[in-house]
Amino acid sequence: MAEIVASLSEERIAYLEGLVSQAGTAAAVFTQYTQEDVDRIVKPMVLAGLEQAQYLARLAIEETHLGVVEDKALKNMVATEFVYNYVKDKRTVGTIREFPERGVVEVAEPIGVIFSLTPITNPTSTVLFKCIMAIKTRNAVIFSPHPSAGHCCYEAVRIMHEAAVKHGAPEGVFTCLESQTLQDNAYLMRHKDVGLIDATGGPGMVKAAYSSGKPALGVGPGNTPVYLEKTADLNMAVVDIITSKTFDNGTICASEQTVVIDDEIYDSVLQKFSDLGAHICNEKETELLGRTVIDPNTGFMQPMAVGQKATDIARMVGLKVKPKTKLLIAPIQGVGPGYPLSVEKLFPVLAVYRAKSVNEALTVCVDVNHAGGIGHTAVIFSRNDEIIQKFGELMNAGRIIVNSPGSIGALGGVYNDMVPTFSFGCGTGGGNSTTDNVNVYNYLNIKRVARRTQAHMWFRVPNQIYFNMNAVENLRQFTSRSTVIITNPAMEQIGHVDTVRRHIPAETLVHVSVIPDAEPEVKVVMQGVEALNFYKADQIIALGGGSVIDAAKIMKLKYESPQADLEELAAPFLDLRKRVVQYPTEKVAQARLIAISTTSGTGSEVTPFAVLLDKEHGRKVTLADYSLSPDVAIVDPQFVMSMPRGLTADTGVDCLTHALEAGVSIFASPYTDSNAMQAIRMVFKFLPIAYEHPGDEEARTMMHNAACIAAIAFSNASVGVNHALAHAFGARFGVAHGRANALMLPHVIAFNAGVPTKFMPSPNQRGYIAHKKYAMVADLLGLGGQTIEEKVKNLVAATEQLLDRLAIPRSIAELGISKEEFEQAMPELVKIAFDDPSWRSNPRMPLLSELAELFWSAYRGRSLPTVAKASQPQTAEEWSCV
Amino acid sequence: MTVNAEWLEIDGERVVQGLQAARETLDTAQGDVVLNFSSVRRIDPNALRAMEKLAGLADGKAVKVVLRGVNVDIYKVLKLVKLTSRFSFLA
Repeated sequence: MAEIVASLSEERIAYLEGLVSQAGTAAAVFTQYTQEDVDRIVKPMVLAGLEQAQYLARLAIEETHLGVVEDKALKNMVATEFVYNYVKDKRTVGTIREFPERGVVEVAEPIGVIFSLTPITNPTSTVLFKCIMAIKTRNAVIFSPHPSAGHCCYEAVRIMHEAAVKHGAPEGVFTCLESQTLQDNAYLMRHKDVGLIDATGGPGMVKAAYSSGKPALGVGPGNTPVYLEKTADLNMAVVDIITSKTFDNGTICASEQTVVIDDEIYDSVLQKFSDLGAHICNEKETELLGRTVIDPNTGFMQPMAVGQKATDIARMVGLKVKPKTKLLIAPIQGVGPGYPLSVEKLFPVLAVYRAKSVNEALTVCVDVNHAGGIGHTAVIFSRNDEIIQKFGELMNAGRIIVNSPGSIGALGGVYNDMVPTFSFGCGTGGGNSTTDNVNVYNYLNIKRVARRTQAHMWFRVPNQIYFNMNAVENLRQFTSRSTVIITNPAMEQIGHVDTVRRHIPAETLVHVSVIPDAEPEVKVVMQGVEALNFYKADQIIALGGGSVIDAAKIMKLKYESPQADLEELAAPFLDLRKRVVQYPTEKVAQARLIAISTTSGTGSEVTPFAVLLDKEHGRKVTLADYSLSPDVAIVDPQFVMSMPRGLTADTGVDCLTHALEAGVSIFASPYTDSNAMQAIRMVFKFLPIAYEHPGDEEARTMMHNAACIAAIAFSNASVGVNHALAHAFGARFGVAHGRANALMLPHVIAFNAGVPTKFMPSPNQRGYIAHKKYAMVADLLGLGGQTIEEKVKNLVAATEQLLDRLAIPRSIAELGISKEEFEQAMPELVKIAFDDPSWRSNPRMPLLSELAELFWSAYRGRSLPTVAKASQPQTAEEWSCV
Repeated sequence: MTVNAEWLEIDGERVVQGLQAARETLDTAQGDVVLNFSSVRRIDPNALRAMEKLAGLADGKAVKVVLRGVNVDIYKVLKLVKLTSRFSFLA
């Protein structure tokens, strides 16, 4: 910038600063205007432009000596009337678009001061167009016209300014450099108060705009290829091309440059061109033309030819043509440096190429497109939709015009429904920031006002749940040709398998597949799948604890969809609805899964989860998808009456953990709360009885139901950090899941009830409520306490008392794990716990250090909770089931 | 703290004239000059220029100019032309 300043006189800097200041003031004042104010100004401006269209066209021709007065007048009319027709009903002030279903509103913010460079080829029309856009968007513009079009542009700016101010626009909203130098442009392009550069013109100017470091709309040169395919309407195509290429003597940069014609129609197309006033050059004439109108050193068109009539160009070159020749057509045999006429020619000279095949034609079009026309415009005439589509895919062009003239077609609004413009964005290929037909939206900063939305929630359960003593009798109603019972050796020994068999209809062929009593491995699952295939099962009965039911879920998945990749399906995810990996829906077989649980804890008979043991990596992998949920759940307490006391305790605490974690989960809802709450109440009341009096049928029934009810809650609200810790710890030290959960539980309640170091993002919750929900659990259990803090303490104490009563070890140390061993395992424990998806629904996001602290708390044993200071009252909304 | 403040009402329809009067007040002001903009709905480029002039004059005379009741649309205009730092504002 210092160099630029040094190159300008003080007076010149003061002049330029004055322009920016004036525009800045106008732009600032403009921010107060409403949409109605703006629209009141735009219309008379458009009318003024229309009225002066011919006058401005004449001025442009007199000054630039380029183009055709009639066409320039027409361009001025398009730049006003057509642009107005497009913008008149557009909202460009305040709220411009609303998406109520998404809670998003778009609000317009003006840019402020726009520094606009305009070209020699379309001087006045570009000014008129940009003035209308600027007023519509409440921006001020400083124009810098091409040096050879200064006067006509200045006059166009004056007319627009006068009309705008007369109807209420702020004084100084448009200014125009009366004369300008490259230094002036460089100074203004870098001025701190200029918000945007809108550079319409040659590549040098566009590059300068982009190099300035300012946001810029740089709109540059083209080299439009045209594919004239054999199925096209040839009469229409030839007229359209002539219309377009001769419009304003070819000065529109979207105009046709090289027409690639199918061999079969080549001769007749050239004849049609000739019949309508084109001169077809012979080889010598083409060579001469190329040498004259294209600079052999730069490979670009000669400025002297730009915007000139065909006859004048012929005279320049020394060609003899008829007096009314409209267009010079030069056959070329290739594209690139050896073929000078294959570049952009903003005058009525058109290259043509004879293509022997569609492939060759498209290849040549690609070459032309890449010979200086990337991102700009391409044209095709064809009735073949496949070829049109292919052409669209191949051409790198912001505008791909079909069966219409390139120049007028690209301007938009005449031959098609594209946005009317006088600035063609050429995308990154053209060094531009947009491929748009530049329009009002490019003159705005569009702000998004995004309201908080609630994530959609769900509540999904198996469609049939049969519960209470002898619920297994319901098996009778399920018809099946071939049923495979998946179970473990203990179920056979106790006689549970026979009990189940008795209730299966007699006509069903029943097979039993016994798997080890442990978390399923892939090998075990695949053996089960083999059995299902062998027996062509249409029904699977999973009879056992969580491991057996989980195994059956995965067997069913692999049986129905052998293509399912278990490793891929176990990929981590943050939100079930947005997960990357989808479970297969294509099935080669179909089998009903009936789950009969023989423990009262996991609730696997209703959950969409299955845990698989990855022996190779020493970890457990959780599969989660509602397609894994059993079709039927049978919750019959007769299968748990003989459950050992230790198992009763461990699985019962697992159930409690499910309910408590679902209760405070960020996905908790009134639906899940009601289930979680009921399960907690049942566990606190009946677990000690079931543990101490295993034969108590009521306690066993209630605990069996509690496990199922808690599972319904966490199937929909998920679990939390307790499970993440327990998974990691249980897998590393071989501790049963329920027991591992129990060791963590009091510490996790205290942790979640504290003020989080990091909150979990949870759009469905208003504020942090975990501590309040724990307090409400305490209320429900009648634990007493006045404040939230007291209630949480009482809940922790009650949980500890329950664990004591169940004779569950109260610290990891009590399991005989040495401190050194635990310390050694800690980094891996923390890593695995953090990778576990369970905590993603925890109300408090655990830091890695906090996971370690929790592990150590559990190692040491009992601790007192620290609870968030809560002064707010508890509301029904926060614990909606109460 | 405003002590011996001169209070001037700015008419929404005659902002430039109001600011002209304010400039004259600066010569005799003993303390702050408070301009009540409550009835001004919108300002134009002339008013902005007058405000800039007023700010310059106030700086020269070390007088604090307090604008009262400026609506937020006008405040944004003043912000855009970097005039907010040259005045004090009173709700």
